Amino acid sequence: MNNSAQSCLKKTNRITWLYLAGFLFLGISVIAGLTLGSTGLTFFEIKQAFTEGFGSSAGARIFAFVRLPRTAAALVCGAALSVSGAVIQGVLANRLASPSIVGVNSGAGLAVTICTALGIYGGWRLSVFSFLGAFAAVMLVSLGSRKWGASRGTVILIGVAMNSLLGAVSDTIITFTPNVGVMSNDFKIGEFSAVTYQKLIPAAFMILITLIVLLTLTNELDVLTLGDDNAKGLGMNTSVMRTVFLLLAALLAGCAVSLAGLLSFVGLIVPHAVRRLAGSKSSHLIALCALFGSAFVCLCDTIARTAFAPYEIPVGIIMAFLGAPFFVFILIKGKGGHARD
Amino acid sequence: MIELKKVTAGYPSKTVLSEISLSVPKGTLISVIGKNGSGKSTLLKTVIGIINAKSGEMLFDGESELSRQSMAKKVSYLAQGKSVSDMTVEQLVLHGRFPHLSYPRRYSKKDREISSAALRQMGIADIAGTPLSALSGGMRQKAYIAMALAQDTDYILLDEPTTYLDISNQVELMKILRSLADRGKGIVAVMHDLPLAFGFSDRIAVIKGAKIAAFDTPQKICDSGIVQEVFGIDLQYSPAEKSYHYKYPSR
Repeated sequence: MNNSAQSCLKKTNRITWLYLAGFLFLGISVIAGLTLGSTGLTFFEIKQAFTEGFGSSAGARIFAFVRLPRTAAALVCGAALSVSGAVIQGVLANRLASPSIVGVNSGAGLAVTICTALGIYGGWRLSVFSFLGAFAAVMLVSLGSRKWGASRGTVILIGVAMNSLLGAVSDTIITFTPNVGVMSNDFKIGEFSAVTYQKLIPAAFMILITLIVLLTLTNELDVLTLGDDNAKGLGMNTSVMRTVFLLLAALLAGCAVSLAGLLSFVGLIVPHAVRRLAGSKSSHLIALCALFGSAFVCLCDTIARTAFAPYEIPVGIIMAFLGAPFFVFILIKGKGGHARD
Repeated sequence: MIELKKVTAGYPSKTVLSEISLSVPKGTLISVIGKNGSGKSTLLKTVIGIINAKSGEMLFDGESELSRQSMAKKVSYLAQGKSVSDMTVEQLVLHGRFPHLSYPRRYSKKDREISSAALRQMGIADIAGTPLSALSGGMRQKAYIAMALAQDTDYILLDEPTTYLDISNQVELMKILRSLADRGKGIVAVMHDLPLAFGFSDRIAVIKGAKIAAFDTPQKICDSGIVQEVFGIDLQYSPAEKSYHYKYPSR
């Protein structure tokens, strides 16, 4: 067997192991997420909730109305933000990009703040407005940087400026609208304690549909990373495809923000870590980002509500404490990467 | 045959090419030469449709209006700037089949066979699993040409394919382009290295002042003095070595 065939086989094996590890991580996170908390739940109580009804006992009620929506929200938000990050990084050809850095989360955050000020606390309208805010922000950054021929570093700086501006508008609304003030701090750090089915169902539905659509467009995403001219040479309408991908990324990030607030770290580190371990092939990248992103956020949320039980801290803090050292470790140990960075 | 008839192209504020006429038959290797900024790359981008022609007519085997996808099935284009991602050579070459598929694009067994054949044809089957980022410039260029072969088009346009390659890789690349032309492909390459361009091409197109100043066989272009006129340096043919050399002015 020649060297290339061996390295191919090695990579295939590694990806298979990554999927297995991802599913194991996800399984552990889900079990921990459903059973652990300020009140521990047993498998018997969870089974009871399904067999005898959600109102049959205190444990069943906690499972059905607190633990299940919260765990589901952590899973879909983790998958959404990680995949959104991977897509934005690919489309902008910039590994420093992520939903929180290029202003996508802030756009969605502003939309959610406006919705809250107007008395919209959940449902389809919140998810749709959140997506529109995210999409408007990412299109402004993307079109602006292309029009001005901005370098990769400048794109990030434009994103930083966009974040500041949108954050300032949100803060102004919060300052002058008292009923919005209650959500401000937790919303900015990101957390799942306020998740309701009213918020979860529309957002989760839109996230799942978007993930499925993205998985059918992985070859397009790969071709787009070959650069504009080469992609056009392969028959791709790059402007249309770039807009489609940014729209899908904004849908994911917007829906996640409408559920969990401004979770900032996951959209950057999970795509980076997965790319280091599995390479840049979009089909594996997106699937593994969804897997590891959902497991990571779910685990962080479980830690956030158990580490200092009965007190709870926002998941964004745990994510930074766990994610930052792991991220640095991956950067130092990982091989390959993107030569254009 | 690709035919350009009085094509004018450029940017909204600037006309780069004015009333260009050029024919590219199948089985021919044409090198486009000219000074920096003369419009060589713009010519290729106009042919492929990345830049819209302001006026004139372009025919591709007699057809004038081709969709982007139909164009990619007929003409492949390798841009000057190439991504150096950690995509493997095999994945890159497989993307040559991209224009032949429709949504949802999934590569079939036949596509994989065609891309494997392209890898073998370029002699890089043994590095199929290697990431592009781990390759030398020469091997990376071969990988991109294999992608163009997998694209299975009658014509290949290459923008400065020998840039950043060492001299042995430049010669090897030109031999590859020559053999592809001999096997029936119509090839247009933007070139900076004149001896290489003249040594391997069937025809040379010289761009000067937004026009094609000359379009002829290497020998006739060499004898015409246009090279001296455009570049300020002469080129001469050495019958003994059967190759072209720069003729530098004496000190």
